[in-house]
Amino acid sequence: MIRNILAASLLLSTSANAFAATDITWWHGMSGRNGEVINEIAKKFNASQDACALTPVSKGTYEEALAAGIAAFRSGEQPNILQVFDAGAATIINAKGAAIAAEDLITQAGYTFNRDDFIDGVRYFYADSTGKFVGMPFNSSAPIMYTNTGAFEKTGVQPPKTWEEFEAVAPKLKEAGYIPLVQSQLTWEFTENFFSRNNIQFATNNNGYDSVEGTKILVTNPEHVMMYKKLKEWYDEGYFGYFGAGWSDNQKPFEENKVAMWIGSSGSFGGLQKTAQMPFSATFLPYWNEIKGAGTHSFIGGAALFAMSGRSDAENKCTADFFEFLTSAEIQYFWHKSTGYVPITKAAYELAKKDGYYDEQPVAEVGIQQLSLPGGEWAKGYRMGFYPQIREVMEREYNRIFSGETSVEDAMKTIETEGNALLARFAKTSG
Amino acid sequence: MKRTQFSSPVLPYLFLLPQMTVVFIFFYWPSVQAIQSSFYLEDPFGFGSTFVGLSNYTDALGSGEYLKIAWFTAVFTIVVTFLSLSIGLLLAAKADGVIRGSSSYKTLLICVYAIAPPVAGLIGMMFFDQHIGPFVKLAAWAGWDMKVGINYYDTAFAMIVVSVWKQIPYNFIFFLSGLQGVPVSIREAAAIDCRSPARRFRTVMLPLLAPTAFFLLVINMTYSLFDTFGIIDVIVKDKAANNPITLVYKVYMDGFRGNDIGGSSAQSVILMIVVFVLTVFQFRFIERRVHYN
Repeated sequence: MIRNILAASLLLSTSANAFAATDITWWHGMSGRNGEVINEIAKKFNASQDACALTPVSKGTYEEALAAGIAAFRSGEQPNILQVFDAGAATIINAKGAAIAAEDLITQAGYTFNRDDFIDGVRYFYADSTGKFVGMPFNSSAPIMYTNTGAFEKTGVQPPKTWEEFEAVAPKLKEAGYIPLVQSQLTWEFTENFFSRNNIQFATNNNGYDSVEGTKILVTNPEHVMMYKKLKEWYDEGYFGYFGAGWSDNQKPFEENKVAMWIGSSGSFGGLQKTAQMPFSATFLPYWNEIKGAGTHSFIGGAALFAMSGRSDAENKCTADFFEFLTSAEIQYFWHKSTGYVPITKAAYELAKKDGYYDEQPVAEVGIQQLSLPGGEWAKGYRMGFYPQIREVMEREYNRIFSGETSVEDAMKTIETEGNALLARFAKTSG
Repeated sequence: MKRTQFSSPVLPYLFLLPQMTVVFIFFYWPSVQAIQSSFYLEDPFGFGSTFVGLSNYTDALGSGEYLKIAWFTAVFTIVVTFLSLSIGLLLAAKADGVIRGSSSYKTLLICVYAIAPPVAGLIGMMFFDQHIGPFVKLAAWAGWDMKVGINYYDTAFAMIVVSVWKQIPYNFIFFLSGLQGVPVSIREAAAIDCRSPARRFRTVMLPLLAPTAFFLLVINMTYSLFDTFGIIDVIVKDKAANNPITLVYKVYMDGFRGNDIGGSSAQSVILMIVVFVLTVFQFRFIERRVHYN
């Protein structure tokens, strides 16, 4: 208690001394524990130097943070740093001039920037087509498969690595009284990362990286259609449980020990430790063995930080300082340990290994291991405008598949038609 | 009534000014902006835009999904308005007749009104939760495999129940005060003329309640169209998917979540037109039949 008071008064005095510091703000879309950790990181940054004072502000959800950032930018009141989630990345990256490329910002501030410092899975997602970092990857996660240890011990089978293996073990798990499989976000786990894990092209124009003009979404790819036909088949046979588009409705039965495998986020690990009623482990998101070249790393989920343009040089220097601080191995390790998100640099990963963190918590390593798998041509990322709306179309059609309102083929055709219409609309927005 | 005379002709306008300023800043100005941006496709950050004429309107009105949402909005509005008005009236008529302990009944019925829509949505959602909802368990007992969030009609049912439940107390308060405003002499005269209480209610009380009912009709329709937003947001849990939503929720999804400024502006202009037509209709055709004292 006394130590807390001391620490608080120390903080007060440092912030009082820092009256000459340059103030920068950071708008983000995180709340709860993750929001608290962000505040701790800001405190650490402010305590580490005198020149800059960083204030993080939670704007609600990812979508709300992006909407608030856009509204602020239009009225010239933008924050220095805006957190933008994976699906919204195209919106800010295609608005040429809204953000300063993170790589430019950092080199202009006099630091060296080495793309190879980052782990493979995060290198391209927020970069432009030449590989230059536009957004600074921040909270990165991977869709991984959590396994109910008891269910596998009882049935004597191994957690599957591929969907073929899944088909072999599912009947045994069902017989033992478990729902073999549930997932929490079809769009992220079975569409976007179906394309990355199986190394299949997701959109024309190099997955949308090369140009917004004429980009078309490729959801009617026969392998992708096959994946959903299988899911529907498994659903009808009782091998796959589906509880709607909401994340937690699907996570809950796993926590209650009713499910053998749940596909969630590597970032779910921290929360799951508190809520799961049984011991659990985790493994990679399965892929199809029969698809040639499959087994590549997944796309990163989560969000990146964008340095907004239109701020003074002194402020931009502070933003660069903070990016350097944030990507340092110690802070990345701290973030990784406190939240469950993966460390984005190789140095931070090494530090976590050396510290013995994964000996205590092997599940915490699964996400980063999956992101460190060999990459493929189509595992770098995707860039599609109005993508949040395309995701909404997918959510609608996928629900219809499982409620029996539509067939898989028709659903994919609808997504393709409406998705391409949205992409064409987006191409017109840049004028 | 005494006529108030202002000494200066400018003074009344001065008194009107604050109100007009508020109306202008918060209504007319955004409306003009919405109409303007509905003709463009615009980069969310404001870097570029393309004039597209009426295509934002034709895109919306030509989309099967949009029309489906419009259809649901109409049905939802009519059902919620009808049910919350009739249940409110029934409860008011019954509470009006209660002599002993009437104030505790009234308080119990009214206190629901103090609940904010998102909270009502949350309470309702717990009732209909797939895993723990008592209503779902009750339905399962009756052989109804209820899946709120997956089945379109089950979700629609949950939305209507929660929205109606939230609005009943409001209607109850107004109907009750309307009923209690009917003079005792009229009630006694009616009781002498006619023995059937139901007929008395229909022929004497209802016409006297007409101004209240008309007011409530307008309020309930705007409630169903706009104020149910919080309830819908909580019930679909941020992911509309194949669940029913109203036109206002669609504007929010496209505009605030999808960053499609042109498209969502066109949709809100369409909504403005709908409200305008409804208002004209209500005041020209329904209000004529209402007799204010």
